[in-house]
Amino acid sequence: MTIANMAAEAPIVSVPFEIERVRADFPVLRQEVHGKPLVYLDNAATMQKPRQVTEAIDHYYRWDNANIHRAVHQLSERATQAYEAARNKVQHFINAAQREEIVFVRGTTEAINLVAQSFGRSRLQAGDEILLSHMEHHSNIVPWQLLCEQTGAVLKVVPIDDSGELLLDEYERYLSPRTRLVAMVHASNVLGTINPAQKIIELAHARGIPVLLDGAQTVPHMPVDVQELGCDFYVFSAHKMVGPTGIGALYGRREWLEAMPPYQGGGDMILSVSFDKTLYSDLPYKFEAGTPHIAGAIGLGAAVDYLEALGMGNVAAYEQELLNYGIEILAQIPGLRFIGTAQEKVGVLSFVLEGVHPHDIGTILDHEGIAIRTGHHCAQPVMERFNIPATARASLAFYNTKAEIDVLAAGIKRVGELLG
Amino acid sequence: MSELLDLYQEVILDHRKRPRNFRSMENADFQADGHNPLCGDRVTVFLKVHNGIIEDVSFQGEGCAISIASASLMTESLKGKSSQEAEGLFGKFHDLVTDESTHGEEGLSLGKLGVLAGVKAFPMRVKCATLAWHTLHAALAHENKMATTE
Repeated sequence: MTIANMAAEAPIVSVPFEIERVRADFPVLRQEVHGKPLVYLDNAATMQKPRQVTEAIDHYYRWDNANIHRAVHQLSERATQAYEAARNKVQHFINAAQREEIVFVRGTTEAINLVAQSFGRSRLQAGDEILLSHMEHHSNIVPWQLLCEQTGAVLKVVPIDDSGELLLDEYERYLSPRTRLVAMVHASNVLGTINPAQKIIELAHARGIPVLLDGAQTVPHMPVDVQELGCDFYVFSAHKMVGPTGIGALYGRREWLEAMPPYQGGGDMILSVSFDKTLYSDLPYKFEAGTPHIAGAIGLGAAVDYLEALGMGNVAAYEQELLNYGIEILAQIPGLRFIGTAQEKVGVLSFVLEGVHPHDIGTILDHEGIAIRTGHHCAQPVMERFNIPATARASLAFYNTKAEIDVLAAGIKRVGELLG
Repeated sequence: MSELLDLYQEVILDHRKRPRNFRSMENADFQADGHNPLCGDRVTVFLKVHNGIIEDVSFQGEGCAISIASASLMTESLKGKSSQEAEGLFGKFHDLVTDESTHGEEGLSLGKLGVLAGVKAFPMRVKCATLAWHTLHAALAHENKMATTE
C-alpha cells in the first residue's frame, strides 16, 4: 500500500465508516483541554478506548469475576469461557492456525522478553548472532542485549537509509551462518516505516533462520495475517489497539512453542507438581503462569471485536488518506522537516521544526488542546541515526479527522509565532 | 493562554535565542555533565572557583527553550557567589518552580531567575528548568557520574 498506489486506487474511499458514529464510541474524545476541544494525536503511544471495551471489562468485574481454569462454580466457568473466547478472537484476528499458538502476556515488551529468555536462552551460544534493524524500539533491543550478556551471543544491526527504509541488500548481507534469529519491527513507532516483512522472512527462512516481528504499530492499523507472512513469532499490545493496558499477545508457531521451556513457573502452567518432578501444561498454558490478567484479556477480545466490525482494510485505507493529507498540509509549514519519509508508512508524522525544540512544540500544542508525543520515543538509536535529540510526533488513528490535522497545522504555526 | 505567555516570557525567549556564557571553559576547576533521559536534553556546566568563590561559570548543551534559558540565567546569577550560596540558590529556585506557596516573595529574592516561576504551572517541564542546576550541584560536589533529573 504505497502512497502512490493509495492515491491511484482509493481517492474516493474518503470515509469508509461513519466517523461521527465512531467518535461517539470514544467518550474521552468529547472533552476540552485548556479550553480547546481535545485533538488526540498520540495514538502510537496508546490508543483511546471505545465504550464497548470499557463496558466489557466492567461487565466482567460486575457479574462474572472469578478465577479461571479452577473452580467448578458458575462464575468461574463464565470467566474461563470469556477468557478463552478472547484467545479465539485474537487467533482469528491475526489468522493464526491454532488457538494454542496465542499466549497472553503483559504486552509487546513481555512477549519479546519471553522469546528471548525461553527460545533464546535455550538455543543460543557464544558467537551466535541476533539480527535487528536500526529502527527498533528499546523493547526490541534491550531483551536481546540481556540475552547476549547471558549467552555470549552478539547483536547485529541492519542499517536504514535517510528516508527511514531498511536497506534490504545490507540485510541480506548481514544474514550469516551464525544468525540464529531475526527480530524486527514490522512498522516503526518513530518513522512510520512499514518494513517489507514478507521479504525479510523469505530471505531468513531460505537460510533456516526464524523471524520475530514486533507488530505493536501494525496490528492496530492494517490487516495482519501471520500465516500469510509466515513469521515464527509475532508480538503486540492491546492498549495500542483500543484495548486495555497490561495485556498483549505472543503468537508463536506451534513447533517452536512446543520446543521452548517455560518462561515463568507457577500455578496454572503445570499438570502435576511434586517436589521431585513437575509436569508442565500443554500450550498455551505452559507460558501463562499464575492468575492472568483476565479482565485485560476480555477487554482485548472486545477490542478485536470492535476493530473487526470497522474492518481492518477500512481502517488502513482511512488512515492512509489521513496520513497523505497530513503530509501534504504539514509540508507547507516553513522550517518543518519530516523524519521518516518511507514509501510505505503507517500513520506516523514525526517532524522537527527549525530552531525549536520538540519539547516546546509539545507544550504549546498542549495548550491548543492537541496531544502529541515529543522526545526520543524509546528509540534512541533512531535519533542518533538522524542526528537529532528528539522529534515531535503526531500519530493517527481511525477516529481522527482531517479537521483535526488542520488544527494541528494551525497549532504548529502558532509555535513558530511564539518561538520563531 | 496566559499560562503559556507566563512560561515563554520575553526574557526567557531572549536567553534561549542568545544564551549567556554559552561556551566551554579551558582549565575549568570543576565540570559536570547533566542529562534528562526522558527528553534527551544534555548540558555541561563549567566552573572556575577561587577561594571558595565562583569566579566564572559557563555551559554548553542542547535542549528546549526552558532548559537553555534556565541554564543561561543560572550562569548569570552565580558569579561572585560562594559554593554554599549557590546551593542555597538552587534550593530557592527549586521551590520557585515546584511549590505554589513560594509565589511572590521567593520570586522577588531570586531576581531575574523569578521569570521562570511560570514553569510551576507545567509540572512536566520542571525537569527542564532544573537540569542545569542539578548539573551545577554535581560539579560542585565533584561527582563524576552524570547528573540526571531522575
